[in-house]
Amino acid sequence: MSPAVPAEYSLILAGLLFVIGLAGVMVRRNLIFILLSLEIMLNAAGLAFVAAGARWGTADGQVMFIFILAVAAAEVVVGLALLLWFHHWHRGLDADSANEMRG
Amino acid sequence: MFEPLWLIPALPFAAFLVLALFGSRLIHRIATIVGTAAVAISAVIAMIITAQFIASPPLGHAYTQTLWTWVRIDGFNPTVSLYLDALSIVMILVITWVSFLILLYSTRFMAGDDGYNRFFAYMNLFVGSMLVLVLADNLLFLYLGWEGVGLSSYLLIGFWYRDENNSRAAVKAFVVTRIGDAAFAVGLFLIFNNLGTLNIQEAMARASQQWIAGSALANAAAALLLGGAIGKSAQLPLQTWLPDAMAGPTPVSALIHAATMVTAGVYLIARTHIFFELAPLVQYMVAIIGAATLLIAGSSALVQRDIKRVLAYSTMSQIGYMFLALGVGAWIAAMFHFMIHAFFKALLFLCAGVIIQAFKDEHDIFRMGGVRKQLPLTFWTFLIGCASLSAVPFVTGGYYSKDLILLQVWNSPQGGFPLFLAGLVGDILTSVYGFRLFFIVFFGEPKTFVKKTADHAMMVPLIVLAVLALIGGFLEMPRFFGNLPLFSGFLDDVLPGFKSLSPAPGSNLALFILSTTASLGGIYVAYLMFLRKLAYGEKLTASAIGRLTDRFLFSGWGFDRVYDMLIVNPFVRVARLNMNDALDLVSRGIAWLASFMHSLLSLTQSGNLRWYTMVVVTGAVIFIGLVILL
Repeated sequence: MSPAVPAEYSLILAGLLFVIGLAGVMVRRNLIFILLSLEIMLNAAGLAFVAAGARWGTADGQVMFIFILAVAAAEVVVGLALLLWFHHWHRGLDADSANEMRG
Repeated sequence: MFEPLWLIPALPFAAFLVLALFGSRLIHRIATIVGTAAVAISAVIAMIITAQFIASPPLGHAYTQTLWTWVRIDGFNPTVSLYLDALSIVMILVITWVSFLILLYSTRFMAGDDGYNRFFAYMNLFVGSMLVLVLADNLLFLYLGWEGVGLSSYLLIGFWYRDENNSRAAVKAFVVTRIGDAAFAVGLFLIFNNLGTLNIQEAMARASQQWIAGSALANAAAALLLGGAIGKSAQLPLQTWLPDAMAGPTPVSALIHAATMVTAGVYLIARTHIFFELAPLVQYMVAIIGAATLLIAGSSALVQRDIKRVLAYSTMSQIGYMFLALGVGAWIAAMFHFMIHAFFKALLFLCAGVIIQAFKDEHDIFRMGGVRKQLPLTFWTFLIGCASLSAVPFVTGGYYSKDLILLQVWNSPQGGFPLFLAGLVGDILTSVYGFRLFFIVFFGEPKTFVKKTADHAMMVPLIVLAVLALIGGFLEMPRFFGNLPLFSGFLDDVLPGFKSLSPAPGSNLALFILSTTASLGGIYVAYLMFLRKLAYGEKLTASAIGRLTDRFLFSGWGFDRVYDMLIVNPFVRVARLNMNDALDLVSRGIAWLASFMHSLLSLTQSGNLRWYTMVVVTGAVIFIGLVILL
């Protein structure tokens, strides 16, 4: 069975998604958006796995995606808890306001 | 039969351990008993062993007692073993008995001192080490004793450590003798490297088979051993520590810096005499050093004001005689003079101790005077000691020993006129400074109140030593007078007999008259100068040249100043320059670099989250780029 979509397309899409997520992490100051961008990056990696699995005709890529989902869920749990504390301490969600370490 | 031999050095060590470990808790009476009894028992054992040795000599006239093997490293097995022969018997007898008498004297002399128990601990450590030194059968074990006596000498010179000068004198003695000890250690390496053994008898046997007489190797070995000997025995050019060593308590000066330790060099040369016989040049050096030292020290003793410094210079001068004798091959005469010197010099120092205490710690002889009546016993014993030192004919031990040396220097093929003349002039000097001291201290007007110290513990050693200083000489009567060579007969199978040139008829009689005139003439000069106080004597000391000579001699020929200028001061200056240690720059540089890098790296910890991300991304891009491109 030949794939309906060529593997290159899905990999390019995954790359684009990854770069968008990375740019979000780098330029956003709001911590919620940083977390969202991280999720995008994780999903880009997941997409790459699935595409590769489809290319080789194995289930490994989909298995890896399940793992990534689990990791992402765990990360969000911890991340949101940290966010709550961050909001409590800094009265806001601006990542730049936490620059108390000055070399 | 000789099994208790090991007890002789072990007992003083045991006493040292007891006093050192429990010293602060023991009451003085127990410390006294422990401190003196150990040496007393050693002395008695030494006596018994000597009697057995004479009655039934062991095979080969030597007995070796191996206690255990020290270390065992591939062909290097020094043992802890004791070697008893006639030479070591003479040494242990003198050491144990003189030590015992001086310890007995110290029980009163040191009474009331804060460090009473400490004093006895150190003294016992000294006696034990000295006995190890003379009983050791290999050079390594001997070296242990050698360093042990050096250590206890250091501890006892600085005994009253609260005075900085005393500590400085102790350090000086330690450092100066260390120069000689280093030479000695190198000598040991050389001997072991070339002969494969440190056992003294084996090494000497192998050396006489393998080494060519007068070869560079033989000369080097003998010269290095000589280096050790001159350091310990305060001979030129390492003699400067001995006068300062008088900072210690007087019994210490008597025991360590007159009777026993400073003669260790003489013992070492006599013990390893074959090395010196293989190196005639070095042996001649021994004689030259001895002659030079006896003249320099004798003339310095003439003008000293401190009673103990007079005796210290006198000790150097008398050891010079022993070196002179060793240098011309008169081995037995040197050992004989060692024994007699131990008696009369210990006696003189102990008398000096009584006098110093009577004048309440006064050392300057010109502030003493006229104690003939107040201290009659000290007067007579001091007279005997001085007479023996000055070699008054026939009645004193010093006469027999010193005359024997002069006679053999004259008759020896290695001797000759210049050395003999040095000995003769030294003889005159000895009489002058000896009786100068005697006349100034005991005659004249009494100047200060004298505290009487008549105590058996202090007087008995004086009497015993005085008797020994008188009768000791009868152990060896010269051929033309009595002819009773007991001492040389006893040492015959250890030390080679004296190889004499055939003397011209009548020359020995002429020598006898010369040396007698020298010693009696010296006493007469002292009498004229210091008792009758002749006018021209005073004029001589008052003149410009007289004052200059006086200053020159007083400083011991200025050796200290020269050494300070050439060695000590430049060294101190370099040390001060290098106070922050140039080599430390390397390690300090490393530390500085690490701290600089740290401050650089810590700049990156800005706390800015997006900045961190940027760095991570940049790094990742660079490395992935590198992986793809390369």
